[in-house]
Amino acid sequence: MKMSRLAIALAFASSTLVAGVAGAETLRWSSAGDSLTMDPHAQNEGPTHVLSHQVYDTLVFRDQDMKLQPRLATEWKITEDDPTVWEFKLREGVKYHNGNPFTADDVVFSIMRAKHENADMKGLLTTVVEVSKVDDYTVRMKTDGPNPLLPNNLTNLFMMDQEWSEANNVTVPQNFKAGEETHAVRNANGTGPFRLVSRDPDVRTELVRNDEYWGRDQFPMEVTRIIHTPIRSAATRAAALLSGEIDFLLDPPVQDLERLNNAAGLVVRSAPENRTIFLGMQMGLPELRTSDVKGKNPFADKRVREALNIAINRDAINRVVMRGQSVPAGIVMAPFVDGYSAEIDIVPEVDVDRAKALLAEAGYPNGFTVNLACPNDRYINDEAICQAVTGMFGQIGVRARLDARSRSIHFAELQRGELDFYMLGWGVPTMDSHYVFHYLFETRTDKGGSWNHTGYSNPEADALIDAMTREIDPVKRAEMVAQVWNLVQDDIVYLPIHHQMLNWAMKDNIDFPVQSENYPYFKLLKYKK
Amino acid sequence: MLAFIIRRLLQSVLVMLTVALVSFGLFRYIGDPIQNMVGQEATVADREQLRQSLGLNDPVPIQFARFVANAARGEFGISYRMARPVTDVIMERLPATLELAIISGTGALVFGIALGVYTALRRDGWLSHAIMSLSLIGVSLPTFLIGILLIYLFAVELQVLPAFGRGETVRIGWWTTGLLTESGLKSLIMPAITLGLYQLTLIMRLVRAEMLEVLRTDYIKFARARGLSNRAVHFSHALKNTLLPVITIAGLQIGSIIAFAIITETVFQWPGVGLLFITAVQFVDIPIMAAYLVLIALIFVVINMIVDLLYFAVDPRLRVQRSGRGQ
Repeated sequence: MKMSRLAIALAFASSTLVAGVAGAETLRWSSAGDSLTMDPHAQNEGPTHVLSHQVYDTLVFRDQDMKLQPRLATEWKITEDDPTVWEFKLREGVKYHNGNPFTADDVVFSIMRAKHENADMKGLLTTVVEVSKVDDYTVRMKTDGPNPLLPNNLTNLFMMDQEWSEANNVTVPQNFKAGEETHAVRNANGTGPFRLVSRDPDVRTELVRNDEYWGRDQFPMEVTRIIHTPIRSAATRAAALLSGEIDFLLDPPVQDLERLNNAAGLVVRSAPENRTIFLGMQMGLPELRTSDVKGKNPFADKRVREALNIAINRDAINRVVMRGQSVPAGIVMAPFVDGYSAEIDIVPEVDVDRAKALLAEAGYPNGFTVNLACPNDRYINDEAICQAVTGMFGQIGVRARLDARSRSIHFAELQRGELDFYMLGWGVPTMDSHYVFHYLFETRTDKGGSWNHTGYSNPEADALIDAMTREIDPVKRAEMVAQVWNLVQDDIVYLPIHHQMLNWAMKDNIDFPVQSENYPYFKLLKYKK
Repeated sequence: MLAFIIRRLLQSVLVMLTVALVSFGLFRYIGDPIQNMVGQEATVADREQLRQSLGLNDPVPIQFARFVANAARGEFGISYRMARPVTDVIMERLPATLELAIISGTGALVFGIALGVYTALRRDGWLSHAIMSLSLIGVSLPTFLIGILLIYLFAVELQVLPAFGRGETVRIGWWTTGLLTESGLKSLIMPAITLGLYQLTLIMRLVRAEMLEVLRTDYIKFARARGLSNRAVHFSHALKNTLLPVITIAGLQIGSIIAFAIITETVFQWPGVGLLFITAVQFVDIPIMAAYLVLIALIFVVINMIVDLLYFAVDPRLRVQRSGRGQ
């Protein structure tokens, strides 16, 4: 043991020494999953965006403090004469990896490509009705009404080269029905800080630094080569970092965090993640499908929802299940999202006696039964959290039967509206409260509420949620946001549990703070000298 | 002989169809691929449209018929997860699995027979006892635990072998091999041991038991009485006669080594078809799962047929019996 520790230390010392002298830094990193495709508009999914962000550029991006920053767009504003039109000034002198210049035509092309029916990214562009070029470095986007938050929706919209796309016949994203692989699935031509050298999906992806990058002097850009190897097995992933075969691990297993942090030459960095875990209750049906209560729906009674809310011991979950790797929550939105305030994110006090009294008052002195559906492979310790809350509900007489299953089953049943009581986690890519309202609280219709499987419907809130999309005055809009939060918090629509934490594990000579969207921008990575 | 082969071929087709049908029935319970294919912003209409275009709304018998018709032409469609033709992806991954299976299968066979013979001949030696006790580990420890233990010992503590992956590979035509590079060979050691250990102990115990049985038979006694050397008795008379059941078991085990490489491949991130399959299951990538199961069924069917034919060739009694039954 002692010898090997020494060996590890020596190995690290020599590797940093060699690296420091040579000035060419290869970063070998791993994560559980691989990007699904290099086609940047085909999939709207985290690991896919992580890779795209290295090779492609977006118009704007969020830095490590979650602030919107210029990227291929240098300025953006709503035009004075028409509140439905956004104008973007583009960076000049930017070149694609094949040498083609980046111009307004590429932006128009890329936005329209991402709006194509085959593109999964279309969901973020539903309000955009027209994209037009003003001159080579100015683009205007017209929305179906005033949309003060349009730039927030563009942080994962990557700019492709129109000429390259036409030459390679990839002007529209992959169609699964066509049964053919398109050129863009394994090839890329972006303007990004790294070029794609080779890609073997699920096995190995190699990138090299793009020395012609427009931000070459603006960002550290210390990494010269990136090799990504996905490793599915959590134990192997941790072992690969411990043995020094990789330098950076995006998703270290929670149970190994302490060990990794204590290992010589390694460090774990953390930040709150843009994701909140909570439980949803079906309160819209006249009768629950999995309960022994017949003829009425216990969840429709606010007193029952409140009883459940104060029965959950969030500190115990934080301590025992999450080992401190969570922030107990009182609302279903991460702390750094616009519209968040500490006054509404109040963690309910645990009060078993009052919970029992509330249940008795509502007409359930002996509690009731209900099925609680949870995924077991989606969120950190998801099944263990559900086991814990099941016990806590048992203390007040609510006998929840836990049904833990794979996410493919869980979310399919949730989408079909078959669940009475379920776990869900929610992140906010647009960094604005409206996103939460629109998907989780708005009455479920063709237009909105697509993730509201609670049956909750509040016309007052719906009106405000709709009105805030057109409100350009930030002060008035903030008031509307606060009003909706008050309404839904008062109604206890969801039972928040906690905000998840993000952890990145790396060699301790790497200086790389965690980005809360879980996007490592490797151009920002620095080595300690 | 010809009639026998034709009959076996027809049976094989039936087996393949059954496997395809059963696996198709199971896919309905694995979950919904749509959930994994679209982002959380996708609307209900978007999801429905994708489901429709993938043909997931059709009744299962129609989906099955379509699958069989396409599979018969060697077309398995396009992976939902990787957006690439399934045949391409499987052909890319197959060399890794086959190389691992062949190496660990050969190792298990060679060491299994050698140790089996040794422990049978030196029944009371301390080394035999030690080997027999150690072999319990191979039989009783689950594969993933052996893998993790090896990784901890040789990759984390001693840092002599890589914890994951296949190392550098060399491309020969469509085949990629890790056998020609140093890192490729080093990467092969731990997965091969992990995958082959159970088979090794199984074969060893089988050979030992058979050997002990044969050594008690009359013809061995007569052989000794004829004054043959120990070496001749043990290896050309006893061992030969123990090998028949070993052929059966080894044949079937080759199939299961390929099929059960799933766990070893997951632990070591070995880029073979097993890892591909397990990733596909989580994503509900139906085209990959269907193609994989059909492929594994095919491998089993082919191996079984080869084993049967080997019997036919090796054991004259079988030939007489079969033709005796009248064709």
